[in-house]
Amino acid sequence: MGEVRAARPGTADDEAFKRELVQLIPHLRAFARTLCGDPAAADDLAQDAMMKAWDARASFQMGTNMKAWTFMILRNQFYSEKRRSWRQSQLDQEAAERTLVAVDDPEAPVALDELRQGLAMLPAEQREALILVGAGGFAYEEAADICGCAVGTVKSRVSRARRALHAILEGGDYDRDGASASDAMRSILADAERLSTVR
Amino acid sequence: MIEQSPPGERRKASSAALDEARLRQQAIGVRLRQMFDQVVNEDVPDEFLDILRQADSRSSENG
Repeated sequence: MGEVRAARPGTADDEAFKRELVQLIPHLRAFARTLCGDPAAADDLAQDAMMKAWDARASFQMGTNMKAWTFMILRNQFYSEKRRSWRQSQLDQEAAERTLVAVDDPEAPVALDELRQGLAMLPAEQREALILVGAGGFAYEEAADICGCAVGTVKSRVSRARRALHAILEGGDYDRDGASASDAMRSILADAERLSTVR
Repeated sequence: MIEQSPPGERRKASSAALDEARLRQQAIGVRLRQMFDQVVNEDVPDEFLDILRQADSRSSENG
């Protein structure tokens, strides 16, 4: 991205850009939360990404997918910080465990812990692909753009992630207060059933 | 789980298993969206808008 400081005054374009960017903030926060450390670190990352997007607004074509564009910025920001300051080898597992277990809301459904722990056990690139496609609402093509890889690669990462996550939740390869894995899967199924009738 | 059973039954069993697997995958998908949406639905800290507002007025002045 570099330092693209478009010093245009508050034009109508800027206003439209800003409005759209503001609407994306909750999504940037959610994506950041899945990538990086605790919620505070995630918000720092989301803010950095937001400002990078703002600074680079001149290079954004209005009418194209701003969500995918900002997610790409956020992801690049995350990986370049990670390269700079963290030792690659330890990071993935540790950060993922911290992140995905960290819940800001004390009243968050406890049952989500199982999924967070399961996700934490996936390789980073699989986790990221699954989250973009499975939760972020991106098409495979968009996820491929965001991650800078081929569509087929995203597809195979997502499907491997799904299989692995299922196996983890089913097999109890994670550990949570002694609760058994089949309990976890049962509660996930029960919850999903309840949610799907609500929707 | 390799049992000796007539091909027809085996097929039935495997299609039931497939349905079951699909259901589970859907369940995980629902949960995944729920986890993500939980953060999406949080209130955005004021800081975000403050920073953006500051940047906006800075660029207006400089422009």
